Amino acid sequence: MRGYVELFRLGKTYDTHKGPVVIVEDFDLNLERGEYVALLGHSGCGKSTVLTMVAGLNPITTGGVAIDGREIDGPGPDRGVVFQSPCLMPWMTALDNVMLGVNQVYRNASKNDRIDLASYYLNLVGLGGSLHKRAKDLSQGMQQRVGIARAFALKPKMLLLDEPFGMLDSLTRMELQEILLEILVRDKVTTVMVTHDVDEALFMSDRVVMMTNGPRARVGAIFSLPFERPRVRADVLDHPEYYEYRRKMIQFLEEQDHRKLKADAEAREQAKKQDEAEEQQVAEAV
Amino acid sequence: MNWRGGLLKFCEVAGLPIFEPFVRLAAGEDKKEQFVGIAKYVLLPIVAIALFLGFWAMAANTVVTDSAKLPSPKATWDAGAQLIAMHYEQKQADRLAKQEKVGEAVRYMAEAKAYGEAAEKATGAKKEALEAKSLSLKKRAVSAVNYEPSSAPTFIDQIWTSVGTVFFGFLLATLVAVPLGVLCGMSPWFNAALTPFIQVFKPVSPLAWLPLAFIVIMWYYAGYSAGETFFNKAFLISATTVCLCSLWPTLVNTTLGVASVDKDFINVADVLRLSWAQRLFKIILPASLPLMFAGMRISLGVGWMVLIAADMLAQNPGLGKFVWDEFQNGSELTYARIAFSVFVIGMIGLVLDRIMIFFRNLVSFGNPAPA
Ligand SMILES: Nc1ncnc2c1ncn2[C@@H]1O[C@H](COP(=O)(O)OP(=O)(O)OP(=O)(O)O)[C@@H](O)[C@H]1O
Ligand SMILES: [Mg+2]
Repeated sequence: MRGYVELFRLGKTYDTHKGPVVIVEDFDLNLERGEYVALLGHSGCGKSTVLTMVAGLNPITTGGVAIDGREIDGPGPDRGVVFQSPCLMPWMTALDNVMLGVNQVYRNASKNDRIDLASYYLNLVGLGGSLHKRAKDLSQGMQQRVGIARAFALKPKMLLLDEPFGMLDSLTRMELQEILLEILVRDKVTTVMVTHDVDEALFMSDRVVMMTNGPRARVGAIFSLPFERPRVRADVLDHPEYYEYRRKMIQFLEEQDHRKLKADAEAREQAKKQDEAEEQQVAEAV
Repeated sequence: MNWRGGLLKFCEVAGLPIFEPFVRLAAGEDKKEQFVGIAKYVLLPIVAIALFLGFWAMAANTVVTDSAKLPSPKATWDAGAQLIAMHYEQKQADRLAKQEKVGEAVRYMAEAKAYGEAAEKATGAKKEALEAKSLSLKKRAVSAVNYEPSSAPTFIDQIWTSVGTVFFGFLLATLVAVPLGVLCGMSPWFNAALTPFIQVFKPVSPLAWLPLAFIVIMWYYAGYSAGETFFNKAFLISATTVCLCSLWPTLVNTTLGVASVDKDFINVADVLRLSWAQRLFKIILPASLPLMFAGMRISLGVGWMVLIAADMLAQNPGLGKFVWDEFQNGSELTYARIAFSVFVIGMIGLVLDRIMIFFRNLVSFGNPAPA
């Protein structure tokens, strides 16, 4: 099967001072056009690594990523990225931050058109009244909204979200989740979202990709969700299968935990044995 | 923003916490709290200064050699007042002299005119003689109008020369150091090429630079006589020395600022595929401005410190030369005047520092530097 976005045996090896460490290996995933996929896994398993490789910000060690049949080569405005922290230029206004990208992508549009476009997306995320406020004077939630507007205003083929709501309080988070889905319905952008939050994954995505624990993390399980779009939070929560999916996902994460605990215990056991052996050698030598 | 907010913001940006309690007091905020602020920023320094003056006066009575004694605070103050008074007297005298010359010129012109009219009526040799006389009077009038008083520079003149020299040298240093620093910060290759120079030349004292700056300028100015060139030779030597010494803090800090721009900002620039120029002007430069200005602040401080020494050696008519000349004169007032210059030099250094703090805080997007 070939998808609109194809991650083909994607792998990443970091060079650390202890030698090369394989973080992600043989990560295979296909996304259809307009599909929303959530990437779920334990902290440190390599979710951000996968996402930044797709974004082109992190060199790929093995395998490749193709979008619309073309292999990616470095970052580009066809893939909008929303980072975990908003990453706005603090010295620019909200509008200028969005304009930075808009100017780049719509070079041939008139200045007024570009301003209109940027303001339109800022309006969508509810910042119509703060266009000319400096980014440093905005709250975290508002900054993250600007980040979302900046990504959408580029009309990207693909949207990459790395825990976009991780730093927000739960009320703001729910509000922004709904705003994001609304814009997505309108623009039909293929999306990958990294998250820690099982409920967020269930509410937002079409498929949830569970990653195994690293090192050598890969796709552990994929759940296709039956909830209808457009999503209404109450309906999703009331859906008869919601808790079943939720249970399965948490079970998967817990299994990973057990496996990790077991692996850790084994590693400790191994180290202890080695210590003992060494001590014995020393004792014999003396 | 109302006046209270505006003034408080100004105090913060200008690094002047000393005025903050007064603003708050005027705005009718809690009195007790403000008096604590006043005690901390006003009363305590006053007490400290009073103590210092007391010790100084005691020392002035103790430190006495055969030929000289440490000037007392009073003597220093009087010497300073006298220097300033001398400046105004001198300027007054110059103005009078100038006026006199202008009067003279008017008289010459009138006479020249009279001779000219007489020449028109006369004929032959007499006419020629009268015309020549008229012409020479006119020339004298012109030179009288152009008269510039040639009195020695006063203390205040010397302050201005020094400030001018340091700003010129600092400007040169900034113009060189900022672009170089940006290049170093952006390109590890360039940085590697420049590092040995920076490491070796940074710690060198101005006194070592000066003779070298001297040769270059002598070479450049060979064949010109004084007054023909746009810059005074001694001025250029001093300014170059200031430039060469104040280059390094700006260069090093700019490099650091540019090299340590937040990785997230660079990621944003990468995703947007910003061009080289946009990346530089929209992201890298604004992000590194605070560190750049922190470096420029140090540079200006170093420049001011170096200038005094450079003035002394290059005989640039500035404060350093003033101190040196006083020392050579060895009059009764010598030490009091030098002590006064020390304070003036310190105060000007303080003002320069404040100015740089102000600029740095303006560009630091909401994290004012500690004063
Ligand atoms: N530049 C790097 N050099 C070496 N190791 C790295 C580097 N970046 C990440 N790692 C390691 O790779 C692993 C995966 O990191 P990654 O940031 O992708 O995890 P994550 O799943 O996004 O975690 P989190 O949920 O906490 O954000 C971690 O163990 C991390 O220590
Ligand atoms: Mg991460």
